[in-house]
Order: sequence, then structure tokens, then C-alpha cells
Amino acid sequence: MLLETFLPVLLPLIAGTLVLLARAGGIGVQRLVSLLALVALLIVNLNAMQIAVQLPPQVYALGNWVAPFGIVMVLDKLSATMVLLTSILALAALWYAISQKIDEKGAHFHVLFQIQLFGLNGAFMTGDVFNLFVFFEVLLLASYGLLLHGGGRLKTRAGLHYVSINLVGSTLFLFAVGALYGILGTLNLADMAVKVAALPVEDQGIVAAAGLMLLLVFGVKAAMFPLYLWLPQAYANTTAPVAALFAIMTKVGLYAIIRVHGTLFGDSAGALSDLHIPWVLWLGLITLLFAGLGAIASRKLREQVAYLVLASVATLLIGIGINNPASMSATLFYLIHSTLIAGAFFLLADWIRQGRGEVEDEFTRSYAMPKAIIVGSVFMFAAVAMSGLPPLSGFMGKLMILSSALNHPAFFWILAIVLLAGLFMIIAVARAGSLLFYNVLPKEVCHTVDNKEVCTTPENLKLKGALSVFGLLSAAVLLVVFANTFHSFTDSVAQQLSHSETYQYQVLHVEPLSNSRKELVE
Amino acid sequence: MEWLISISIGFMTAAGVFLTLRARTFPVVLGLTLLAYAVNVFLFTMGRLNIGVPSVIDAAQAGYSDPLPQALVLTAIVIAFGMTAFLIVLALKARSELGNDHVDGIHLSKDEHSLEKTLPPKQPTKAVRGDS
Repeated sequence: MLLETFLPVLLPLIAGTLVLLARAGGIGVQRLVSLLALVALLIVNLNAMQIAVQLPPQVYALGNWVAPFGIVMVLDKLSATMVLLTSILALAALWYAISQKIDEKGAHFHVLFQIQLFGLNGAFMTGDVFNLFVFFEVLLLASYGLLLHGGGRLKTRAGLHYVSINLVGSTLFLFAVGALYGILGTLNLADMAVKVAALPVEDQGIVAAAGLMLLLVFGVKAAMFPLYLWLPQAYANTTAPVAALFAIMTKVGLYAIIRVHGTLFGDSAGALSDLHIPWVLWLGLITLLFAGLGAIASRKLREQVAYLVLASVATLLIGIGINNPASMSATLFYLIHSTLIAGAFFLLADWIRQGRGEVEDEFTRSYAMPKAIIVGSVFMFAAVAMSGLPPLSGFMGKLMILSSALNHPAFFWILAIVLLAGLFMIIAVARAGSLLFYNVLPKEVCHTVDNKEVCTTPENLKLKGALSVFGLLSAAVLLVVFANTFHSFTDSVAQQLSHSETYQYQVLHVEPLSNSRKELVE
Repeated sequence: MEWLISISIGFMTAAGVFLTLRARTFPVVLGLTLLAYAVNVFLFTMGRLNIGVPSVIDAAQAGYSDPLPQALVLTAIVIAFGMTAFLIVLALKARSELGNDHVDGIHLSKDEHSLEKTLPPKQPTKAVRGDS
């Protein structure tokens, strides 16, 4: 029973090490190890999910040091959902990378991939703020490597920005954690929440400042206005499977806001309760507006998809900002949807890029791409899902978020901006679709450019990695068909989150294992 | 002592912020390093400033200094060191691939999109000098 609380974190680390050792065996062995490890991780996470659903939050005390003195790993419904979602997305991304042979473009793709998962899962499961910082650094360092995988000038430039802003973010994280520790004297989330609830008035200012500084850090990760400027270029220029995996990276920031701020500044926090909520809501609304405008202004498809990811993040921020159990449930539903569909969209954009030869995925007139009917239909499907049109899951998620906002004082602004940005996104993807698939030159092989005869032979497009794309896109249908099941599940997650005293009790009353070897083996 | 420590943290942070906002990669690296120094000292002081007391509880001693911030600082130093090393390598890579050390790569381009394909990677600075 304890195993599930740390295996999702440990398994990718072991796998990463094994893949590194398997380097001598060539890329084939590495692929096999990486893929097998990921399938195993998926099974482990499914099992963890089952346990999280049945039992109250499970706690594993590292090194048998009980909370609040040691670091704890906590498996509750939210963290189980996140790790499961990560492994599904990662499996699709890895399969695409292997089928397209993208992993061969540079050394250590699989190692970095596994370490990235290690960092992600660790960040999702830890119950300690400083440990969260460490896992953030692990996932960031792996993501720097993955972002630059394959090389190229545009990647390097976007990577430089990405690394710099995240280093500033890490520094701010440490300032915030240091200030919180200085006042509260603990780093364990559950214990901090207890201390915040009993905070003397003279210390509230510092804790509030540190809490908002943490929001700034998570805002960098989640790409919240005005900290999103690194995202479009970074996501648009990296390789497709990495961009697909990065669809979960922005959600780490959101998760951290839900987990850290939701626990520390929840209902029990007295004067400081819901400190972050107005910021999250209004900045989310502004982000959404800018993301919609950015999607329209994009000059190539991958940039546009990056803005659509940004829009989904903004919608999720708004869901958090509405701050009631119904909106939290809707947020989680939309989070599952947007992560999987955004991943699929990045992979699809890569197909389109390959099919259009020199112009890649730019919105310029070019020859009809091979297999345009299949790819175009898939694009249509993904665009409908992503921009939130019925009948697919994006519509359901947005509908739930909007209906939970109806009793909110600022409901007019929420509805107006979400719907307006939705319109922007529909215009943007419709324009993209018509430019890419309808506004095409006749299918001739040779043409004249600048008095030069330029011949292009339209290569046959092999839709490799189709399993990943269709697998991820099937989520849009499954989430609608089984909407009731998923919604009642996200309701129960939101329920668990709103009862943070259970989480605190479980963490702070974890029983140390007795030290006999026999019991440890059991 | 508190004044001295707070002034040095503040000064290092200010210098770090100033340098991080520069347009060349080398000052940016230096700025981030200074910020990391500032935060390390800050973290350390969060265990309160004590002189001459051990960090391990000892019955013979009058008090003890908080050992946790010291452990945190060690972790933070290691991470900041690794990140800085990575950033330097990345800055060098950017210097060689983009042709200059401007953080945005191609310097003074009003329309970088058109330059991506037309300009050779290593000579944009020359053209710029001719213009101005």
C-alpha cells in the first residue's frame, strides 16, 4: 500500500538511469527500455489512481522521518489524476518520437524524457514546499535539454529566454520559501497551513507577500499574464513530441497554485484566506484575451497551437479564480481535456509541417499537401475540440466552468471574456484551416520563383505515429461519452480538495514504520 | 549585523536585477549568479542570525542555530551552480549559432521573421554597423 505513494516518482528515475546505461546497446535498446518503463509507469499510476479513489490521502514519509520534520510524498485524488494524465500524455509523445525517429536527432533524448517524468511526478506528489522547488528544478533542467533537442538557431534563442526566465523564477521561489520558513518555521504544506491559520496579525503581511511571490513563480510556470511571453516561441520551435509533453508543463504551475495556495490560503487561513484568488481570476482573464489575440496574429501553425495552449491555461486560471467546488471540478475536467488535446494538436502540426515541405507550417499559400483529406479532417476535429465547440469535450469543459461562474460577482466579465476569446480562437483556427488546406496552389511539380525554375516533388506523407495522435484525440470523444463518470470523479476530487483538514490530518498523523527489517519488506 | 546583512542582500539583488535586464548574454549570466548569491544569503538568515552556537542540539550549550536553512542553502547552491553552468554553455551555443551575444539573437532586426531565412547566421552584426 505504501508502494504506490513513491513508485510513480521512483520508477522514471530508475528508468532514466537504465536508459543511460543502455546507451551501449544502441538506440533500439534505449527505446525498448524507455517504452517498457513508461508502460510500467502507466500501470503503476492506474493502480495509484485506484488507491487514491478508494482511500483517504496516502502518505509516505521519506527516510521514515515523520511530518513535519521529514519530507512526505502524498497520494491523493488530485496528485493521482495528475501523474496518470502525465503518463498517458508521455506515452503518446514517446511513441510519436520513436515512430518518427525524432529521438535520434540528438543524444540522450530518452534519458531526459524519463528524468522529465521524474521531476513532473515528484512535483505532483510532494507535500513539502522546498522539495517542490527541487522537483521543479529537476523537471526544468530536463526540459531545457528536451527543448533544445535536435538543435537549430530558433530553438537556441527560445531556449535562452526559457532558461533565463525560469532561473529568475527559481530565485523568486527561494525568496518566497525562505520568507515563509522564516515566519512559519516549517516547510511541510499541511503544517504550514496549520501555522498560517494561527498566524499573529503582525506576521500576516510578510506571509501574504511571500504567498503572492509564490504565485508569481507559479505564474511563470503556468504562463500567466504578464509572464507568458516565453511560451509561444519555446513551444513553437521545439520538436513535436517535446511540445506535446510540454502541454503538461504549464499545468504544473496550475497544479502548484491549487496545491500550495489552496492549502495555505484556504478557508482556514483567517485574514489571509483566498489571498491569491482575485489575482488568479483577473490575470487569467487578461491572459485569455491576449491568448485569443495571439492565436489570431500567429504566423505559423505551431505558434498558434502554443497560443491555444496559453488560452487553455488561462481558462483553467479563471476556473481556479471562480473558487467554488463546482468550478474546481470543471477546472479539472477542462485540464484533462486541454492537456491531451493540446498534445495531439502539436503532433498534428508536425504532420502538417512535414507535408508542406519548405514552407513548413507557415500560413502562406503553397501546394496542396499529400493526404490533405485525412490530415485536414483530423485538423478539423482537433480544432473543434481545442476551441471548445460542441459536441466535443472542450465545449463540455467550458460550459461547466461558465455555469459555475453564474453566481460569481464578476460573472459578466468572466462570461464576456471567455466567450469573446472563444470567438477569437474559432476565427484563428478556421483561418488556419482554410489557409493550410483550401487556399492551395494547383498540384504542379515545377514553378517559377524569381525567374528561377524551382521544382518540388511533393513527397508522400507518411503519417507515422498515428496511434499517438488518434489516441490522444479519442480523449475528446471519450470525455464526452463518459462525461458523467468523469464529472462525478472530478467532483470527488474537488470535494477532497475543499476538505483540506483531512489532508492535513493524514499528513501530520502519519505513523512511522517500525524499524524491524521484516516489516519493511512487507 | 542585521543591517549589514540586509544591505548586502539588497545590494546584490539590485545589482542582479539590473544585470539580468541587460541585452547581452554575459551580463545576464552574471546577474542571475548575483541573484542566486543574494537568495542564498537570504535563505541562510531565515534561520535567524546567531553567533557561536552549534547547529546540533547540545545540552551543554545555551542555544542552537537552526540547521534547516543551512541544508536548504546547500541544496540551493548546488542547484544554482548547475543551472549557471548550463546557462553559460547555452549562451556560448547561442553566441556561435546566432552570430552575436544579444539575448534576442539577431540584433536590431525590425522584422526578424524575414531575416530568419535571408541572413547568413554569423554576419548580422556587420550589416547593422553599416546601417547606423
